Amino acid sequence: MSYSAPIDRYTGKINKVEIGTGDASVQVGGETTLPFYLFEGEMPNRPRLAMEVCDEAPGDWAKALEDVLGDVWDDPVKWAAKCKDEFGADLICLRLLSIDPNGADKGPDEALEVVRKVADSVEIPLIIYGCGNASKDGEVLKKVAEQMEGRAMVLGPAVEENYKTISAAAMGFGHNVAGETPIDVNMAKQLNILMTNLGMPAERILIDPSTGALGYGLEYTYSVIERDRLTALQQNDAMMQMPIICDMGREAWKAKEAKVGTDEHPEYGDPVKRGIMWEAIGVTSLLVAGADIVVVRHPETVKLMRSTMEGLGVK
Amino acid sequence: MALTGLDIYKKLPQTNCGECGVPTCLAFAMKLASGGASLDSCPHVSQEAKDALSEASAPPMREVTIGQGDNALKIGGEQVLFRHEKTFFNPCGFALVIDDSMEAAEVDSRLESLKKMRFERVGYELKTDLAALKCSSGDKSSFAGLVEKVKGSCDLPLVLMSDDPDVMSAALDVCGTGKPLMASATPENCDAMAELAKKHQCPLVVRAGSVEELSGLTDKISKAGVQDLVLDSGSRDLSKTLENLVMMRRSALKKKFRPLGYPTITFPCQETQDEMLEAIHASVYVMKYGGIMVMNNLEPWSALPLFVLRQNIYTDPQRPMQVKEGFYDFASPDESSPVLVTTNFSLTYFIVSSEIESSKRPAHLGIVDSEGLSTLTAWAAGKFTAEKIAAFIKKSGIEDKVKHRKVVIPGYVAQIKGELEEELEGWEVMVGPREASEIPGFLKSWQ
Ligand code: B12
Ligand code: SF4
Repeated sequence: MSYSAPIDRYTGKINKVEIGTGDASVQVGGETTLPFYLFEGEMPNRPRLAMEVCDEAPGDWAKALEDVLGDVWDDPVKWAAKCKDEFGADLICLRLLSIDPNGADKGPDEALEVVRKVADSVEIPLIIYGCGNASKDGEVLKKVAEQMEGRAMVLGPAVEENYKTISAAAMGFGHNVAGETPIDVNMAKQLNILMTNLGMPAERILIDPSTGALGYGLEYTYSVIERDRLTALQQNDAMMQMPIICDMGREAWKAKEAKVGTDEHPEYGDPVKRGIMWEAIGVTSLLVAGADIVVVRHPETVKLMRSTMEGLGVK
Repeated sequence: MALTGLDIYKKLPQTNCGECGVPTCLAFAMKLASGGASLDSCPHVSQEAKDALSEASAPPMREVTIGQGDNALKIGGEQVLFRHEKTFFNPCGFALVIDDSMEAAEVDSRLESLKKMRFERVGYELKTDLAALKCSSGDKSSFAGLVEKVKGSCDLPLVLMSDDPDVMSAALDVCGTGKPLMASATPENCDAMAELAKKHQCPLVVRAGSVEELSGLTDKISKAGVQDLVLDSGSRDLSKTLENLVMMRRSALKKKFRPLGYPTITFPCQETQDEMLEAIHASVYVMKYGGIMVMNNLEPWSALPLFVLRQNIYTDPQRPMQVKEGFYDFASPDESSPVLVTTNFSLTYFIVSSEIESSKRPAHLGIVDSEGLSTLTAWAAGKFTAEKIAAFIKKSGIEDKVKHRKVVIPGYVAQIKGELEEELEGWEVMVGPREASEIPGFLKSWQ
């Protein structure tokens, strides 16, 4: 019995999606193999790290985040600039918290104002995520899409209740769309079919599979991404070949283990490093499963993930 | 390669005596081939056939046990490449390095950490599994001294790290019957190491410069009579180690390639100086087929996320763990203590209950059978609805235990408040905080 390396071949390929325009645009996707399996295929674009910026100052973020973002987080323009210039973010994920009907309930015009300012001040591409209220997100993102025509941003998350509004607007005005479904291969595929049936090009769609944090449902997200990828690559299923985006920062920093101080849990150790690791190890698992864009909060996570990807042979 | 029923039949006595409980040898062979019987049931099978058959019917990846007693670590025995296919079986182990050239104070603090660093999470204790003792001095009495010291103060199984058979032999003499993991046999020392492993009945790490070379070496060592092997592909960089781990796991499971049908060991401690990156390398191997991760740094802030990741990756993906429906008491609650409800997903239950416990306030916590789903998932799936909660409260007997009529629901399902009040006549429904970590504050202000 002698050894021969068990190399697999895949029939499918992940779509390439272009976000942003001109020199500052970023391409994601294009893999012909499972993540970082460079011995049997290509990963032409390394996964990208988007840093989260909110349109209103977050009230209750962990101390570890406040230490590094607190000086800018009441101004999305400065916040975004810092993420780009100092922290090396690949993209900005601007979350429109202020439009939440259960919060400040701001209208589409006010939201647009913020999007425009941020877009005009940072060159790197933008992901615009709504507040999670389906009808309000639809209304606001429609307006944003129209007024920011041609910027090739990512708009989302488009869900069952609002995908028609959001993808129609994204399609008409030259943007990409991220469709979110709750941790299920078939539901992700179904939403992609619905959006492409409306005329949205497959190469402008991202899959948001829903993200659970480390210790809070991560294993479900991990496995569904693996299954999404296998469906795309092994079964060559064109409706599953969209790159994957995961909204991890928010989930990770919600976890108690990421934010409690040593007064409450002395046995948990250094709260700053622990918070960063809670996010970074969660992100690592999403990358190893197959994510192409991960939204994160802490600059140290961005650095660590860069080194990790380099270590994995993808620059 | 797996044998067919017919291959097995050829090796049986073919007398159809029926003592195996099946009327014919052929029927027995078929059962064996499908894994439905054990060869031991046939009293007449020859030794030669036994050897051939047990070899062929052995699981594709051997299970290896390190240490003895309650703290023994079992690794390997894995059956799938992706956890959704079935489950990852024997959780991987973490080892903390203690080097014989470290200062005494450093050794003590590492021993302290092995003892003290324990976390309780969802009903399990999370801890470091092994102490990896490394001989850097090259001196066998110095190393034996370290082994002696560690053995005296820590009851975890050991990994002994030295490529020098003399040093290894001296250390093994100190260990007695503790079954430490010997690391490592190499192409240069394999004969002597195999002898030692046989003599002391210890599992043995085999290291070579490539997966191919490694497979030749394990083949040789197993023929020399040592079967409990652990694979070290020799690479000390993230990308190559990932590749090698994938190659070894696939060879074992998909090709049933015996020489690689063993669990693995990895060395994040030798891949980077950066303590954060070291933990991240280890996390990659938790997901991608690492059996043991040998760490130079394992502090609470890195150990907690790593251990939780291991717990996540090694849970059974098909069956969420559940808690029994009913009311659970905290701090001897009485008729005026608060009543809270949540779902029976064990993760949810443990997170909520540990917060109630830490508040030290008395409380009645009601667990509604929601088929093992988390709060929002259960609500979305119609398993944690106003109707279900109301029915549960009524039949639970809580109405006889408390005088008040107030029930606290999780903040994430605030939307069911109105409906629940309609279903539960006479009760006031209070919306609790969203995150369990805010429960202590909430309970402290409860009257
Ligand atoms: C993992 C997961 C799954 C897993 C299930 C895991 C399980 N055993 O429950 C799977 C993949 C199976 C799944 C399926 C579905 N899911 Co799901 N899932 C998740 C995910 C990622 C994490 C859930 C989790 O494990 N959380 C961890 C636990 C511990 O959280 P928890 O129970 O809420 O407890 C916390 C708090 O609520 C609080 N708390 C709990 N109890 C109490 C009690 C009191 C008194 C108080 C004060 C506080 C409190 O403490 C805890 C910690 O802070 C979330 C998204 C997310 N990021 O949260 C979606 C999510 C919950 N799922 C969702 C949906 C829609 C579904 C499906 C219905 C989809 C579908 N149509 O098929 C199915 C339903 C399942 C079924 N049987 O049909 C939606 C719910 C949408 C909504 N807002 O209602 C979510 C939010 C995703 C999304 N954004 O769309 N899901
Ligand atoms: S006990 Fe052995 S010899 Fe007898 S029938 Fe069964 S397999 Fe054949």
